[in-house]
Amino acid sequence: MHIPDGFLDPKTAIATSVLSFSGVSWALREVKQRDVQRKIPLIGLAAAFVFVAQMINFPVASGTSGHLLGATMVAVLLGPYSAIIVMSSVLIVQCLLFADGGVIALGANIFNMAIVTPVSGYGLYTLLRPFLKGERGRITAVAFTAWCSVVLSSIFCAGELAWSGTVSWNTAFPAMAGIHMLIGIGEAIITALVISALSTTRPELLYENSQSLSEHRSHGVLVYGMLVIVGIAIFVLPFASPWPDGLEKAASILGFEEKTPAHSLISPPMSGYRIPWISSFATATALAGLIGAFVAFGLSALLARILTPASSQKNMDAPHAP
Amino acid sequence: MRHDFLDKYSRINSPIHRLPSMAKLWISFSLVVAIISIPLRFFFLFPFIGGVLLGALLLSRIPIPFIFSRLLILEFFTVGIAMLSLLRPNGTMLFIALMTRSTLCLFTVILLSNSTPFAELLEALKRLKFPPLILTILALMYRYIFVLIDEMERMTRARESRSFSVNRRSRWTLLASLIGQLFIRSTERAERIYAAMSARGWK
Repeated sequence: MHIPDGFLDPKTAIATSVLSFSGVSWALREVKQRDVQRKIPLIGLAAAFVFVAQMINFPVASGTSGHLLGATMVAVLLGPYSAIIVMSSVLIVQCLLFADGGVIALGANIFNMAIVTPVSGYGLYTLLRPFLKGERGRITAVAFTAWCSVVLSSIFCAGELAWSGTVSWNTAFPAMAGIHMLIGIGEAIITALVISALSTTRPELLYENSQSLSEHRSHGVLVYGMLVIVGIAIFVLPFASPWPDGLEKAASILGFEEKTPAHSLISPPMSGYRIPWISSFATATALAGLIGAFVAFGLSALLARILTPASSQKNMDAPHAP
Repeated sequence: MRHDFLDKYSRINSPIHRLPSMAKLWISFSLVVAIISIPLRFFFLFPFIGGVLLGALLLSRIPIPFIFSRLLILEFFTVGIAMLSLLRPNGTMLFIALMTRSTLCLFTVILLSNSTPFAELLEALKRLKFPPLILTILALMYRYIFVLIDEMERMTRARESRSFSVNRRSRWTLLASLIGQLFIRSTERAERIYAAMSARGWK
C-alpha cells in the first residue's frame, strides 16, 4: 500500500502532508506529557520491532505469502499516540533507507498507514470493548478492528490516488478495498494470535491494562477521530456520492466505461463489490461493505472461540453469571 | 552485527560518497520534485535525468546488479498500482508517464540511501530542524533493527531445531508466538537501554 512518487498530484501531496504533520505533532505532544524519557527507548525499539515483524512472511493460500502491517497491534499494545509515532518512524525509515514509498508521497503514506490505521483500530477497539467482555471478547475485538483498519486505510489510499487523477475511483476503490478485505483477514488472524499469546503470558504489556482508565484518553481519540473524518471528507466523500464525477461522466458519454474490465481483472469477494440487482453504485458499495464487515466480525468471533479455551472463559465470566 | 545487508554499500569510498550529505539530500529532493513536476511535453528531459543518474551510479562504485535488484523489487509494487491507471480513458500514456516518473524517483532515492550512511542522513535532517524527538527515535530504531533481526533468527533456528515438521495451523501459531516473544524481548531491551542511558546522564 506504499504509494510511490509520481502517483500523487501537488494538491493531494500537500493536503496529506499537512494532515499527517498535524497528526504526528499532536501525537508527539501527547507523548511528551508524561514520562517521555522512559518512552523514547520503548518507541524506538517498538519501531524496530514492527520493521522486523513486517519482514516475517506468512504462508497464504496457493504458494503466496503475506506479512503483518502491525499498526493495530502496536496501538493495542502501546496506545494510539505511541503507535502513531512508531508507525511514522517505520515509514520514514522504509522511505529513506529502501525507497519503499515515495519522498513526496511520505505525507500520504504516513496519513494512511500511521494515522488512519492505529487511530481507527484503537478507536474501534475502545468502542467495542464494553460490549465484548472477557478474554474471548478481547480477541474478537482485536481481530475485527485489525481487519477494519486495514480496509479503511486502503480506501484512503484509493481516494488519494483518485483525487490525484491517477486512477478512477470506480476501479481503484473496488480493487483496493477488495484486495485488502482479503489481506485484512491475514492481518486479523496474526494480530489476534499475537495479542492472545501476550495477554495470557504478559497481560501487563497491554495498554488498557497498564493505563489507569481515566486520563485524557477519550479526548485524544476524539481529536484523532476528527482528523480521520476530515480525511474522509476530503478524499472519500467526493467519490462516494451516487453521481459520477466529471471525468466519469465524460467517460460514460464517450463509451469508455463499458470497456473497463476492473471486475474481471481482480475479483474481490462480493464479485466486484456490487450486488447485481441494485443499480446505484453507492448503495451497492455500502451494502457490500456492510456484509463484508459482518462476515469479518463473525470470523473474528469464531477465531476468538478457537483461541480461548472454554475453561478460561468461564473464569473470566464468572462474576457476570447470574 | 553481521546484518549490514540493509545498506552495506553506504559506507564505501567514492566521489559520490564523499559529497556532503546535506548537498546530496537537497539535490535528491529537488530532483524528485523536478521529475514529478516536469510536464509531459518535455518528455526528452526524462532520458537526460536518467543518464545523469546512471553516471552518478557509475561514479559511486556501488555494484550495479545490487542497485537494479533493489529497483526491480520496488518496481513490482509500482506496476501493481500503475496497472489500475490503464483502465482510464487515455490510460496508456498515463501508464507510461507514471512508470517513467516513479522509476526515476526510485532510482534517485535508492542512490541517495546507498551513498549516504544513515547517521549522516539524520545529521542533515537535524540541521534542517527536524523534531529532535523523532530523530532520536529513528537513530535508536536503526541501531536496533540489526539486533532484533539477529534475535529473530536465533529464535527461528531454535524453533526449527526442535520441530521436524509443522502443519499449517501450528505454523501460524508458532509464527505468532515468535512475534509476541520478539515484542516482549524488545520491551525488556528498551527498559535496559533506558536504565543504561539514564546511568550515563541522558537528559
